[in-house]
Amino acid sequence: MNALFSLVSALIAVVALVAVSWFGVEAIGLDSVFGVIIPYIALAIFVIGVVYRIVDWARVPVPFRIPTTCGQGKTLPWIKADNLDCPYNTWGVIGRMFLEVFLFRSLFRNTKAELREGPRVTYASAKWLWLFGILFHYSFLIIIIRHLRLFMEPVPSFVQTITSVDGFFQIMVPTFFITDILFLAAVTLLFLRRVTLPQLRYISLPADYFALFLILGIGVSGVLMRNFFKVDLLGVKSLAMGLFTLHPVAPPGIHPIFYVHLFLVSVLIAYFPFSKLMHAGGVFLSPTRNMANVNRSERYVNPWNYPVKVHTYEEYEDDFREKMKEVGIPVDKE
Amino acid sequence: MDLHDLPKPKDLMDIDLNKPPETGWMNNPSVFKDGTYSYPAAGKNLKILGMPNPRQWAPTDEDWKLPENWQEIILKGMKERLEKYRSFRLFMDICVRCGACADKCHFFIGSGDPKNMPVLRAELIRSVYRNDFTLLGKMLGRFGGGRELTIDVLKEWFYYFFQCTECRRCSVFCPYGIDTAEVTMIGRELLNLVGLNINWVIEPVANCYRFGNHLGIPPHGLIDMWEFMADDVEDITGIKVNLPVNKKGAEILFVTPSGDYFADPGTYTCMGYMMLFHELGLDYTWSTYASEGGNFGLFTSHEMIKRLNAKIYAEAKRLGVKWILGGECGHMWRVVHQYMETMNGPADFLEEPVSPITGTKFENAKQTKMVHITEFTSDLIKNGKLKLDPSRNDKIIATYHDSCNPARAAGLLEEPRYVIKNVVNNFYEMPENTIREQTFCCGGGAGLGNDENIEMRMRGAFPRASALNHVVAKHDVNRLLCMCAIDRATLTALTHYWAPDVTVGGIHELVANALVMTGEKERTLDLRGEPLGDEEEDE
Repeated sequence: MNALFSLVSALIAVVALVAVSWFGVEAIGLDSVFGVIIPYIALAIFVIGVVYRIVDWARVPVPFRIPTTCGQGKTLPWIKADNLDCPYNTWGVIGRMFLEVFLFRSLFRNTKAELREGPRVTYASAKWLWLFGILFHYSFLIIIIRHLRLFMEPVPSFVQTITSVDGFFQIMVPTFFITDILFLAAVTLLFLRRVTLPQLRYISLPADYFALFLILGIGVSGVLMRNFFKVDLLGVKSLAMGLFTLHPVAPPGIHPIFYVHLFLVSVLIAYFPFSKLMHAGGVFLSPTRNMANVNRSERYVNPWNYPVKVHTYEEYEDDFREKMKEVGIPVDKE
Repeated sequence: MDLHDLPKPKDLMDIDLNKPPETGWMNNPSVFKDGTYSYPAAGKNLKILGMPNPRQWAPTDEDWKLPENWQEIILKGMKERLEKYRSFRLFMDICVRCGACADKCHFFIGSGDPKNMPVLRAELIRSVYRNDFTLLGKMLGRFGGGRELTIDVLKEWFYYFFQCTECRRCSVFCPYGIDTAEVTMIGRELLNLVGLNINWVIEPVANCYRFGNHLGIPPHGLIDMWEFMADDVEDITGIKVNLPVNKKGAEILFVTPSGDYFADPGTYTCMGYMMLFHELGLDYTWSTYASEGGNFGLFTSHEMIKRLNAKIYAEAKRLGVKWILGGECGHMWRVVHQYMETMNGPADFLEEPVSPITGTKFENAKQTKMVHITEFTSDLIKNGKLKLDPSRNDKIIATYHDSCNPARAAGLLEEPRYVIKNVVNNFYEMPENTIREQTFCCGGGAGLGNDENIEMRMRGAFPRASALNHVVAKHDVNRLLCMCAIDRATLTALTHYWAPDVTVGGIHELVANALVMTGEKERTLDLRGEPLGDEEEDE
């Protein structure tokens, strides 16, 4: 897969999605298709798809207990065991998974290998990926929480609190949110990383760029509609409330940029279950992370364990009995 | 290919990690260059094991003499494994290609070949998975990241799945714990289904199956080797150690890799065990049937792991021992720790291991009933049961290479260090990015430690060698310690090429050097037969 092909094809796909939704609303007036029908279908695909994928994974057995141990295991009582990096009980596993899921602990270990004169190799700390990753995921989360205000009346107080903290700097009217900036910056940096690092560029598939462009498109269209096109927020809220309360209407006169935003979100959630974005669910099931290193102290059963052909001691002794007797090795059958 | 046919280290490492080829990886077939691949399994060995498609062939041949329906066999095998291993299924699905693993692989750092980046190694199989098993891949083909399973793809699998040592270092850094060892293991299983395997794995497997050990030593040959070592011990210490073999009713069965019976420097470690057990008066036995702790089945298929591993419990049961003690070995401990009890247990005919010397209960081994020798020895030292004179090792300035599997599959990090620090006065760690859970492979694990693969081995050995040379320059280190029989063979080649002033050895060699034995004569020689404390004659 050629790097340029991956990038361009993914870009074309996202631009096409933008164009379809813009003109669909602007020129043909398909407000209720893009405002009601597609979001419902996308949501249905998302929910059914995610549940299906997770159930599908969960149905596959884990035949062996294979944690990757990243610290001292629990052995002798006077040797300090590392319950987080080499869990020896459920609390350790929970702690390890918490650090992995919420703080991206493994990514935090990242280093960059560089070849030098000698020859020798050195390892520099490389936390950028971790930083961009954390910024991206957490600003995304806060943005999603902020969006709850569109679906609920009255707006829950925690949503209001988060929103006001997020808009703390109060630059511009309407307020520009900190997380919007961080989110756009993080996605851009993740993209730049992918195109500038030669190794990463080499491994990138259209799917990698597609997800990035799609998410970037969502962010950009969101900021544009709020801060530049200043779309009719009341109209948006009544649409959102309508969707949420199952009395959907697409109020007339909402700017097409909003439908672009909503359509890209719809595509994202419909695409989610079929894509690498499922890492969000998969990380919880990863057997190298979610199992305790109690391999020698607790039994572990493989549900499909089956008998295999072995070379028994009797067969072995039959092969060598005389020689064994000659050198004085005790035998079972004289 | 021979070690001295290789270019000088400087020239060998004239590579650039940041210059992948112009051609995209999906359209870049593998080139089988001398020194970078292993020879295929001999048909006779496959026949012994009842494995498919025994024949004469070479990777450089155009025609690999595959079965007619090889694609069908592989895809059926993939489907079956996707339904049996959640690890495999998940690792096919959730990679986001973030690239965190890219420069964590010793083969990538040493070769610059992007297909040695763990992510791309897995993509070799993932692309086929997407093409044949996922909705988007089926719909979108290449645009969806899918790739048809062609003969070139299969040849690529053979090249790169036998260019991974299953060391798990990448999985430490992966945010989802994706373990390339798991992918490689399944990849090799699939290759085995159509008769693609390497002789340096399959011959030891065939040997182990019939003779009980990888080297194919018959029982009377083992007696010769062990007695030879016992004679050497007597020359050095004046003590004739007892050598119980296949002894029924012994308390402990001792199992260790056969590599240590056979070649230096592993033999010194083996002599070390004999001396330690003799001094303790341990009621133990060697076994000729279970004469192999290692398990090259791990490098073949899950089924083969089980077929070879079954001997250990079977022999423990036949001899009526109480528990099992295991020697210094790397991949052996992956199998013992993570597979043995699940595959061939429960071993309810054994007792929970208790040290007969200290009374310590090895609670961590209460189910599997197999204790690691450094757990056993560190407990002895902690309880003051050994009389040690570390000054006998004073000419040694040591560093310690964590073997991949004890570190990343068992979490055995402190025991070996505790033992080392008690038997040698000069010990220095290599840099932190290269030890413990971040340790680098020797470059020749997982069956790749053969001579024909020497260029790739030395490339893979480079990160370890670089770290070693760091402590050589800083602390004059002259001994690379390890607790793995494969290491003792492969690191010897590593030091020969990368760090010629360093020798390689096991931990219990140094334990035995330092061990003051009851009734021993005054020691003037170490276990290698070299004078104690004379630096000039070290080499």
